[in-house]
Amino acid sequence: MKLIKTIFITVILLGLIWVDLPYNIKTKYELPSKIDVNIFGLNIKKEFNTKLGLDLKGGSNLIFEADTSKVRREDLTDALNSARDVIERRVNFFGVTEPQIQTIKSGNVYRLSVDLPGISNYEEAIKLIGQTAQLTFKELPDGKIATTTPIFVQLTKNTGLSGTHILKSTIEFDSQTGKPQVGLKFNKKGTDLFAAITKRNIGKPVGIFIDNMPLTTPTVQTEILDGSAVITGTFTTDEAKKLTIAINSGALPLPIKLVEQKNIGPTLGDIEVKKSVYAGTVGLIMVLLFMIICYGRLGLIASLALIIYGLISLFIFKAIPVVLTLPGIAGFILSIGMAVDSNILIFERIKEEQRKDKSFDIAVRLGFGHAIDAIKDANITTLIVAFILFNPLNWEFLPQFGIVRGFALTLAIGVATSLFTGVVITKRLITMFYKVK
Amino acid sequence: MINFLKFRWLYFLVSTVVIGAGLFSIVKWGFRYSIDFTGGSNFEFQTNKVIKKNQLLKVLDQNKISIVSLKLVNKNILLRTKVLDQKKESLFKKDLETKLKIKITVLRSETVGPILGKEAVGKTLTASILAIIGILIYMSFAFKGFNFAFAAVLAMFHDLIVVIGTYSLLSHFFGAEIDTMFITAVLTTMSFSVHDTIVIFDKIREYHTEQETLEIESASNQALTETMIRSLNNSMTIVFMLLALTMMGGSTIRFFILTLLIGTITGTYSSPFVATPILVWLEKMKKQK
Repeated sequence: MKLIKTIFITVILLGLIWVDLPYNIKTKYELPSKIDVNIFGLNIKKEFNTKLGLDLKGGSNLIFEADTSKVRREDLTDALNSARDVIERRVNFFGVTEPQIQTIKSGNVYRLSVDLPGISNYEEAIKLIGQTAQLTFKELPDGKIATTTPIFVQLTKNTGLSGTHILKSTIEFDSQTGKPQVGLKFNKKGTDLFAAITKRNIGKPVGIFIDNMPLTTPTVQTEILDGSAVITGTFTTDEAKKLTIAINSGALPLPIKLVEQKNIGPTLGDIEVKKSVYAGTVGLIMVLLFMIICYGRLGLIASLALIIYGLISLFIFKAIPVVLTLPGIAGFILSIGMAVDSNILIFERIKEEQRKDKSFDIAVRLGFGHAIDAIKDANITTLIVAFILFNPLNWEFLPQFGIVRGFALTLAIGVATSLFTGVVITKRLITMFYKVK
Repeated sequence: MINFLKFRWLYFLVSTVVIGAGLFSIVKWGFRYSIDFTGGSNFEFQTNKVIKKNQLLKVLDQNKISIVSLKLVNKNILLRTKVLDQKKESLFKKDLETKLKIKITVLRSETVGPILGKEAVGKTLTASILAIIGILIYMSFAFKGFNFAFAAVLAMFHDLIVVIGTYSLLSHFFGAEIDTMFITAVLTTMSFSVHDTIVIFDKIREYHTEQETLEIESASNQALTETMIRSLNNSMTIVFMLLALTMMGGSTIRFFILTLLIGTITGTYSSPFVATPILVWLEKMKKQK
């Protein structure tokens, strides 16, 4: 039974080390860095990566303020969603991996925060993203008949109908088949223009383009006079929704203005990370030495527990994954301090009991029992603070920006982990090593 | 047992001197604020050749850029200006490259409008107040008494003022700026301070409930005697970590880590020497009533 336990623990430990190892360390054997297995038809797919924030990796954080003065209140959510969508499309055009685009409401002001990790040509990106979306309708040039080349390439003639002529696009469902379709409502001028366009294009495709990228190229069935059209097709609900958002980005254009930009070149972050890791390692070794000098064998055990603590936290950071920023690292360092504190508390209590001439076994048991109250109360208070700062419900009156949240998240994870390792693992290790004696 | 509380006046004096110095500095010199709060632009360029300051100033002048501060270190240009929009920035960079025949690598470029920073501070403040209320409620329950919670929070305010005051000194003498990182450091100090205080209060609670005849003062002295080594050891470990980071870590986080260091020291100091005397005083007041 004991053997099984030991093997089990060893396997978990090796697993942790495997996940925690950085990629750039070349091992003799090629280790897979992701899990991609099928168990009973369940596909488990997980990549383990340390995600670094913009301040460490380099990249740009842009904050745009939306000019909502011309949008009707009931259309605001749609307009904001569409603006987000446009930015996302433009960002993808830049080939940025994992951009983050967030809508942040603050009082009556709406902002869009765009994170572009790893981007170096930020000037281009700002220029491109800051534009208001342009929606246009295009038709086939006169006298041309569709050939085999893709339709959207042939649709070159501007119809004069644009996003300003659309009131709104909505998702609808066919009353007979129940299939999703995309509805379009035009304003007065748009109705006239659209009637003329549909009249001369019956049986021919008319394309809807945004920023000169094709969204959809439906074929006109009949002349539409009342200014409300539907685009049918084999959409899934999701696809239809996406199309409405895209059309709305042209119909409900939201001019955005750059109010804040932070660009960190890749070199700077790199230097910072290297220096911080180096300094952190030196600091950690000093802490371990200090513990061993002060508490002898117990200190050695605490050091071991601390290393396991480090491995587990790093594992959690990679598994969630948590984006590590400089404040995040500060939160982590603080939690290391608190983890060490749990151990010191326990050891001092054990020493205290030993001074009262208790045998070691009893001293350990009593020491743990006494220390647990203080550890619990101290850590729960810290967790309360971290919880409020992290703002999990995204309340408007609390911080919604990354810097404080990143700090709170690593602090919370660190403290929760330290509650586990500081108490459970240290105890296990003590009983393990002292039984041998 | 050492009678720690006998030297109350000394602790009071130390705190008064440190806080006094900080407050003096705040009133006299105030703070330097980063662009997060004032709005403006911050640039860190690296050039491939060492350039002369007056050459650079000339180009800046030609581009009609109003400089807030400028520093040249080897091949690095540290420049802070009033809000510079993207177009002007690009033009200036190009101008600089052609006129001085250099190549520029952008290490950092930040532009912030003035409103955002103020909003961020307001929200962080709200969060902190909520956190303090949370601490008060939890501690009142855990320690079955409001006095423990109140004393811990007062000690936390003590640390807050110490950290903010010393930062004003750092700001004046070494050019540290109040930025979002500073706010994070303050938050860290706050949570560490309460964490540290609770450990000592736990001991006091234990003695006070175990032996009901024991006066709060002697219970506190006993608790302080027994937790002193733990407090020092614990802080030493954090101080080691932070010292290593201050001396060897990157330059952008130097003041941040330094603030954390100050926070750790005052957080450790305030638990036995500020929170405990306050608690004893509060408990005695309660008894007299």
